Amino acid sequence: MLRRVLPVVSAFALLTACSVTTSDAPPPGERVVTLVTHDSFAISPELLEEFKADTGITIKPLASGSAGELTNKLVLTKDAPIGDAVFGVDSTFASRALKEDVFAEYASPEARQGAQRYELDPPNRLHAVDVGDVCLNIDVAALRDIGEPKQLADLADPKYRDMLVVEDPATSSPGLAFLLNTIAVFGEQNWQNYWGQLKANGVKVVSGWEEAYTQDFSGSSGKGSRPIVVSYASSPSAEIGDDGTPRTKALPDTCYRQVEYAGVLNGAKNPDDAGKVVDFLLGEQVQADVPGQMYVYPSREGVTLPEAWTKAAPLPAGSRSLPAAEVDANRERWVQQWRTLVQG
Amino acid sequence: MAHVGAGLKRALSPRLAWSLAALLPLVFLGVFFAWPVVAIVALGVGEGGVLPVLARADTWDLVAFTLGQAAAATVLALVAGLPVAFLLARCRVRGTGLVRAAVMVPFVLPTVVVGLAFRALWPDGGVLPIVLANAFFNVAVVARTVGGLWAGVDRRAEDAARALGASRVRAFTSVVLPSLAPAIGSAASVVFLFCATSFGAVLVLGGARYRTVETEIYLRTVELFDLPGAAALSLVQFVAVIAVLVIGGAARRRRERALSLRVEPARRPTGGEWGVVAAAWLVVAALLTPVVGLVARSLATDDGWSFAGYAALAGTGERGTLAVSGLDAAVNSLRTATDATLVALVVGITSAVVLVGLRRHGTWFAETLDTALMLPLGVSAVTVGFGYLITMDALPGDFRTSPLLVPLAQALVVTPLVVRIVLPVLRAVDERLRQAAATLGASPWRVWREVDLPLAARSLLAAAGFGFVVALGEFGATSFLVRPDAPTLPVVIARLMSRPGELNSQMAYAACALLMVVTAVAVLVIERLRVPSGGEF
Repeated sequence: MLRRVLPVVSAFALLTACSVTTSDAPPPGERVVTLVTHDSFAISPELLEEFKADTGITIKPLASGSAGELTNKLVLTKDAPIGDAVFGVDSTFASRALKEDVFAEYASPEARQGAQRYELDPPNRLHAVDVGDVCLNIDVAALRDIGEPKQLADLADPKYRDMLVVEDPATSSPGLAFLLNTIAVFGEQNWQNYWGQLKANGVKVVSGWEEAYTQDFSGSSGKGSRPIVVSYASSPSAEIGDDGTPRTKALPDTCYRQVEYAGVLNGAKNPDDAGKVVDFLLGEQVQADVPGQMYVYPSREGVTLPEAWTKAAPLPAGSRSLPAAEVDANRERWVQQWRTLVQG
Repeated sequence: MAHVGAGLKRALSPRLAWSLAALLPLVFLGVFFAWPVVAIVALGVGEGGVLPVLARADTWDLVAFTLGQAAAATVLALVAGLPVAFLLARCRVRGTGLVRAAVMVPFVLPTVVVGLAFRALWPDGGVLPIVLANAFFNVAVVARTVGGLWAGVDRRAEDAARALGASRVRAFTSVVLPSLAPAIGSAASVVFLFCATSFGAVLVLGGARYRTVETEIYLRTVELFDLPGAAALSLVQFVAVIAVLVIGGAARRRRERALSLRVEPARRPTGGEWGVVAAAWLVVAALLTPVVGLVARSLATDDGWSFAGYAALAGTGERGTLAVSGLDAAVNSLRTATDATLVALVVGITSAVVLVGLRRHGTWFAETLDTALMLPLGVSAVTVGFGYLITMDALPGDFRTSPLLVPLAQALVVTPLVVRIVLPVLRAVDERLRQAAATLGASPWRVWREVDLPLAARSLLAAAGFGFVVALGEFGATSFLVRPDAPTLPVVIARLMSRPGELNSQMAYAACALLMVVTAVAVLVIERLRVPSGGEF
């Protein structure tokens, strides 16, 4: 019996040896700032190393879901925060967090370099780190013959029948941005009317960006059947062919701007160090790193974009957005109306 | 000292001893499940607005759709899983080991990936692909749970029925099926709970049209921050799950009885049995079709076939999409799954032994504990995860960010599976064997070691392997709790899928293939460890 059980026992002993319980704890006395972020947060590791060498502060990122999920988690834990600083609360959800007093007041000296353009509230609790535009993307080759749409209104034209795929605003953040865009363009009176036209013209609604872009869109590697998709202004920079020309294009007059903010959390263990992390995010190096790492545009002025971006994904000039407070007050109702209209 | 020991021994009546042993699973469930769930639901209820949600007709449409699709998927998984269970448990045919590994593969695939694979076949989504996808994931549960018992059921009763002139079908329905009923009931309740709370596949395939209680709880908690609405739906889900468990438990109990368990050697199929084997192979082929599709996608590029996605696994994706390399993530997956399996085995086997022991003393407590152990399968991962946020900071060292939280949360999902696989076998052990051993002077521990353990050894290993694989593929709780510097493979796949660029997408599919290979290897290794059969009795 023993001979038979022994291999089993030793196998488990072996497996236990590679358990996670052996993992790291920071040495005592080390200055650690936990940076709560959304899932898309990314930064070049060498910048984090450099920051640690300069300031002695280790940044420990804590990914916490989508922008909405992140905001909800912060509100839920405001009495016992899960970190010291935050990055990734966006303009759609910022007012909820501001109202709940999640952030401490902090005026970053770096905010004067461009972030101030997106300021939300006078005590400066949130600082803009980047801006990302949600725009219609098209498959250039597929639309060569019939011509590309210019405005959102063009999508109701029968010649674009069955060509558009969008994301559900209830489950997807670009989907929500697109819905807000239609409200910004057509107004509280007419947006439902416009969606009725889209529906009649064969719009396809899917639950997330992954399906819309990688499966239904004809311009991505998935080679789907629809040449028009709701994605980001930066997406074409990832679709440059071997000959150097972009296969897809973001339509500059169909964009909705989302701004992503950073701030110090109320109840941070060391607010001073947390403030330095916010400065770091707004500083020149991280700002130059932002496009390549997170597919968004820096909030700072005068930062050079990567070459692929200047070619395929310049920052749209005329993007729209709704005031944060208005979005916060109406989001749920709009999404509910949209669900009734489009699912019904 | 000896005197005190003897006194203590007398004081510990068997019932008290069992109840003390029951503390382990109870404390585990209480701290890592009941406390967070009650806290978050209470928070929502406290804000009011629960009753209006319950009064709305569309809430009940959600419930009806949720239960309906889960029931359909459960039936489908049973129909497809039983021939496979037969093949694995009874047949000595070439390649059975590979079938055992292949059947497990779908179970670990990230739901979003399977959702996309099914959507490629049904571009407009709908109810049919949702049901098929849910069944696809769960054939393994049926094959494993039922196969675990089937392998030990004495063939002689069946052979006797055949010798007395019963047809194969008649022998199956009147002799084999009743003895398998407890395992079938176990499998059905697990599969039903998995299907009723499946999230990713419903989201991808249901689009904006088909919603379940689970997806709605997710939406309200995560996107809308409507905690009262989420609490109302969580309560509905809770009541429905308990109802299902109570009904399932009652049905199971009626059919449970001691069986003559032997370590049955597999034999070559004869006559009509080949038909069942062929059906099992068909099921495996059907399961592997989307799998092959995924592998093909990992190799396809604009300029023909390429291993670029696999090569990229050594790195962090196009322009550093990931915090760690794909291979590091695979190592993280193995580590967390190991921890989760160990925790689940300790808690699950203790529970199963306690449940068998308590049953002999006939207490209502056994039924309650059994139901409570299953609840984590039926409660939304989002509810548990948000509950952790508001409770776990009370544990030493702000447990909310502890690396231990992920394996513990995974163990919550794995434990019920361990119980469901091991319990039917332990319960089927003939009490007379134990009594005989005890009469011959064996201590209770010795009885367990010499009687129960050898008979249950196969199912224990099956449970360990299955639990390990489930933990490898677990995404809901993991994605919620994982630390970004230590992501698991499913988390890495989800992240790669959410980025543009052909290389990221290829790498995501290559990571799926890696996950499948790791799974298959884990199953094959456990196969090797299986206690050699025969010769014991």
